[in-house]
Amino acid sequence: MLRLPPFSFLRARDVAEAAGLLAEHGDQAMLVAGGTDLVPKMKRGQLTPTLLVGVGHLAELGHVSASDRGVEIGAGVTLARVAADARLGAAYPGYVQAAASVSSPALRNAGTIGGNLCVDTRCNYYDMSFEWRQALGFCMKKDGDVCRVAPASTYCRAIASSDTAPVAIALGATVVLVGPGGQRRELAAADLYQDDGRCYLTKQPGEVVESLRLPPPGGWRSAYVKVRRRHAIDFPLGGAAVALATTGPIIEACRIVLTAVGPRPLDVSAAAEPLVGRPLAEVLGGDVGLLAEVAAAAVKPAKPLDNADLHYVWRKQMTRRAVEQAIRQAARQPAPHGAPAATFGADAAGGAKRG
Amino acid sequence: MSGAGEKQVVRLTVNGEDHELLVRPHATVLELLREDLRLTGTKHGCELGECGACTVLVDGQAQLSCLLLPGQVDGACLTTIEGLADGPVLHPLQRAFAALGGLQCGYCTPGMLLAAKALLDTNPTPSRQQIKEALAGNLCRCTGYAAIVDAVEAAALGAVEAAAQDAVEAAALGAVEAAARTPR
Amino acid sequence: MTAVDTPVVPWTGVVGRPLPRVEAAAKVTGAIAYADDLQLPGMLFCKLLRSPHPHARVVSVDTTAARAMRGVVAVLTGHDLPTKYGIMPTCEDEQALEHEKVRFVGDPVAAVAAVDEETALAACRAIQVEYQPLAAVESIEDALAPPDGEPLHDYAGPGNVHRLAALEFGDVEAGFARADHVREDVFFFEGNTHLPMEQHSATAQASDGQVTLWSSTQNPHYVHRALAKVLGLPMGSVRVVAAPLGGGFGGKCDPFSHEIAVCKLALVTGRPVKCTLTREEVFYTHRGRHPTLMWVRTGVDREGHILAMHFRSVLDGGAYGSYGPASMLYTGALQPTTYRIPAYRFEGARVFTSKAPCGPKRGHGTPQPRFALEVHLDKIAEELGIDPVTLRRRNYVEPFTRTVNWLRVTSCGLQQITDRVLDASGYARRRRRLGHGMGFAVSSYMCGAGLSIYWNTLPHSQCVVTAGRGGVTVFCGATDIGQGSDSMLATVAAEELGLQPGAIRLVTGDTGLTPVDLGSYSSRVTFMAGNAAREAAAKLRQLLVEAVAEAEGRSPEQVQVRDARIGSLGFEEAVALAEERFGTLATHGSYTPPAGIGGRYKGAGVGPSPAYSYSAAVVELDADPVTGEIDVHKVWLAHDIGRAINELAVRGQVEGGVCMGLGEALMEAQAYRHGLVKQPSMLDYKSLTFLEMPDVETILVETVDPEGPYGAKEVGQGPLLPVIPAVVSAVHDALGVWVDEVPVTPDKVLRALEARARGRDARYGPKSFPVVPYPPLVKVAPPDAAAPTL
Repeated sequence: MLRLPPFSFLRARDVAEAAGLLAEHGDQAMLVAGGTDLVPKMKRGQLTPTLLVGVGHLAELGHVSASDRGVEIGAGVTLARVAADARLGAAYPGYVQAAASVSSPALRNAGTIGGNLCVDTRCNYYDMSFEWRQALGFCMKKDGDVCRVAPASTYCRAIASSDTAPVAIALGATVVLVGPGGQRRELAAADLYQDDGRCYLTKQPGEVVESLRLPPPGGWRSAYVKVRRRHAIDFPLGGAAVALATTGPIIEACRIVLTAVGPRPLDVSAAAEPLVGRPLAEVLGGDVGLLAEVAAAAVKPAKPLDNADLHYVWRKQMTRRAVEQAIRQAARQPAPHGAPAATFGADAAGGAKRG
Repeated sequence: MSGAGEKQVVRLTVNGEDHELLVRPHATVLELLREDLRLTGTKHGCELGECGACTVLVDGQAQLSCLLLPGQVDGACLTTIEGLADGPVLHPLQRAFAALGGLQCGYCTPGMLLAAKALLDTNPTPSRQQIKEALAGNLCRCTGYAAIVDAVEAAALGAVEAAAQDAVEAAALGAVEAAARTPR
Repeated sequence: MTAVDTPVVPWTGVVGRPLPRVEAAAKVTGAIAYADDLQLPGMLFCKLLRSPHPHARVVSVDTTAARAMRGVVAVLTGHDLPTKYGIMPTCEDEQALEHEKVRFVGDPVAAVAAVDEETALAACRAIQVEYQPLAAVESIEDALAPPDGEPLHDYAGPGNVHRLAALEFGDVEAGFARADHVREDVFFFEGNTHLPMEQHSATAQASDGQVTLWSSTQNPHYVHRALAKVLGLPMGSVRVVAAPLGGGFGGKCDPFSHEIAVCKLALVTGRPVKCTLTREEVFYTHRGRHPTLMWVRTGVDREGHILAMHFRSVLDGGAYGSYGPASMLYTGALQPTTYRIPAYRFEGARVFTSKAPCGPKRGHGTPQPRFALEVHLDKIAEELGIDPVTLRRRNYVEPFTRTVNWLRVTSCGLQQITDRVLDASGYARRRRRLGHGMGFAVSSYMCGAGLSIYWNTLPHSQCVVTAGRGGVTVFCGATDIGQGSDSMLATVAAEELGLQPGAIRLVTGDTGLTPVDLGSYSSRVTFMAGNAAREAAAKLRQLLVEAVAEAEGRSPEQVQVRDARIGSLGFEEAVALAEERFGTLATHGSYTPPAGIGGRYKGAGVGPSPAYSYSAAVVELDADPVTGEIDVHKVWLAHDIGRAINELAVRGQVEGGVCMGLGEALMEAQAYRHGLVKQPSMLDYKSLTFLEMPDVETILVETVDPEGPYGAKEVGQGPLLPVIPAVVSAVHDALGVWVDEVPVTPDKVLRALEARARGRDARYGPKSFPVVPYPPLVKVAPPDAAAPTL
């Protein structure tokens, strides 16, 4: 049986303590909530912390609360809970689709939305056992200094593999981070990521993702289409998140964010420009060419490489298709309306999630 | 802070029995069940959360024990395959799997049964599609899955015994129950 | 849903009923102990150190640091186990631990026994091995080229060629000359692996120079032989117990390094030693489907009657022999068991590459040529403008005939399964529309190989049945790998003795306690062990009947055996009476395939079987013309089972076979990159989940084979075979393109569509077949068509 290397485990009393422990122990410490990403990677020697700080049990990370400013979801809320939340589904259908598409039911029972935002980048030269990587020669993401899929690359080309991050970005969500002293900062979800598979998050080592804040849904439809081989278990091989705002029948704005085509979620909203000012009906049926043009432009900056399942050219083609499908899906939805506080009653404040 | 690998105390209820264990923080719940508690009914298939064979219930929820750390389940109630039957009486899901061919080699069966129990506990009358979705993280290489869906459906409908067409088949089903009481 | 043809013979007992498995209770409660569930006092744990190089000389192995580690009890290298072994006597080319050279990434070089797995692993990492890397052999093309440096093995050849065959039955050139139409095609079948849910595990215990091994093995007898040889012990000092298996599919058929290592370590340390592989190690242990390149040329007349066929294959064998020579011959053996081929030429080759060794997987050597043959026939039918089913029917073999390569065919339900699967699926009435298709294919498979893996005069299966105060016990070497062989044995004994299967105690798969059965491979258990058990149980029944008849003053014919009664006596009373009359009640039965079921030429040992099962499949699917994605809606599978001893178990084997066949058709692949397995995990090796598995309609056709137990034939392997070509055919039906390479992944479908869009051949697949140094043809006169066949 493949086993974990030794480490210490501390159950944090609160988020501030967790942040403090991270700051104190530097790269020797990591947070664990669900552990669904961390534990396999530790078994394979890809991540090698000597201290795990348990945060899955913290009540302060387990809330779903609504106000006029939108909905805040604690980082410790499980993907299963989000996937089953009808109110979230009505307000942020794309986000809930994404949460429901992660892996399998048991993993969604353990995996958290904070964990999915921070899920390690993936690469089939990297997501291998210590012995496998040693046999090939280590790569720059762990223990080595070259990129195995693109040897000339100066940075790591491991793939952003979060299903929920692209939707969060498309919805204009923000992420609340807590630092070691308990200080909070809020940054756009898009700014949580950077274009290097090794250092793919911009958060400081001592910072803990406390919550995700989704802005009021007012007017924004959203959809997520995931490219994968099997309907369960698999990580995305590509995918598109779309958020679409309308005034009456007219498209006011459209954001498109791709996943699994590079080291960070790729915001390609500029490609949606031709849709703005056009009637929804054109998207839904009339102008097939328009949608194809937008989708082609959207995937143009995507540069998938041969470090995931199936052929990278197919992955790009499929991502283009995912863009079209996501736009269509979003356009078909009824426009979300009403203030979120009305949709989410005071009872929305959830209890703690057991780790 | 204690040194890496130093043991810690974990309190657990497993199949209704309380345990206070001194465990290595890096031994997964799978190892703890199989090796410390000698409950070997929980299986390992992939070691990485990819196959569902090690599924157990943690406070009623299906979880993969190969990914769970002892520190995450301190104070929790676990149900393993050894705790599914009510004493000598098999759970309807167990009878259904036996009667309808929901198992062949049987290696995925403990995880499959617990994932199915988690489903029926929250949704007592699932559709076939809902059964498939709930079990989609549990791989099986023998059955082709259809008989498992049949079994979960029959258990949900309380229709396991109806599967027996005559006295011979009813007797065989009874023999399963008897064998469960007195393993040879 | 299952449909069963009306049985020819009415049965009132337990044969034919959909009964639960005899070990079902132990499996649903978690009580059954698989190999890794075994815990012995004082047990040590073993880990193997494996090669990081695809091909390298082992210059030195320094175990000093490992031996010095606290908790390490013993370390072995190849010097401790120098005897070579291999499942086939003609290629005993493996060493439990290699000390001269390694031939694939994952080849074991050292074994450590320590107090726990972590310590054993740390000690493996502390072993210093100096390697001198040699040129890797990564593909069939590499292996056929002159070696860059030394070849992988110093036997066989030329270069990295392992085995060659060239056979001709009848005058092939004359057949082609007479043909109105000749077509050639090239196909490739990527390798794939068994992926049993259970990782291999073995535990050994030794005392007084005797060693016992409990292992997840399909073939305890062959492991027994290999252990005795490698350990240098008399066979009587070695006992192999096959633990309940968590799936095999052919992957647990060879003797393995970890099995040998734990035995040696147990002997050396005097303590029990266990080795359980990690999932990644299972991918190195492999013995899976050979990647196979195939070329086929067929000549037909205007009506599509086959006049001649020439089939070439070259198999990528990986690093060792394993069952390879048989695997290779199987790629040419069973084409004539479905179609009358009056003149047939087969040229086969197996090459060594620096990859995990290939071996037998469900369908052993026949899924690849079946895929090629069926798709090739579809293409011929299309060119001739003949319906593909009609073309096949015109060529179907008849029951009780002999094939051009001398295989004796007995019961054969090809026409019936075709009728039934077409009726059920509505294939002939299907509406053609872009993106939706149906495909049809047929196949056949053996009910056990006519010859053992090594030459011997043993019966292929033996069985002892005892009865006494403790009940009825069946002793048989057969091994339940999940396919239900224990239930089959219990059902057969119960049927003969008028009992329920649950009343039969079983001792199986234990070389120390049971007479030899050759193992759970080649779909042989129901046919062979079933016949042996039936003979043994029938003899016991005879004793019981005689004793009761004598006591009651009736003739034996008047004594009924049913419902746990022998005549007027309860079963236990009858046993007591018979024991008093005859002494200890122990009867035996055995089975040996009849002579003369195959030919007498070199290579004739592969293909003969006492009977053949037949399967027909229709696959209905959507294939997306934009994405290439395939969504299989339904599979209809009609199987000539001979007779279903347990309908529930048979249906399970059909559905499982269809599932694995779809996996191979659509996604499963053991591929390599830079000499390493590309997908050594259950996430990256794609197999179907619940959500990809379509509905299956199983149709059982009972042809009642004259020699099968109660007329039964195999079902474990056959139903997988037609699924793969039927998928390819359905994709063509849907999109008009051929994907001549398995698995049919969406990127390949798109590339075929792109090829068509650019005006090229509307296909994806290999462009050509390499030059293979086949030997001169061995010409074999076909059997006289007029001669009687039985």
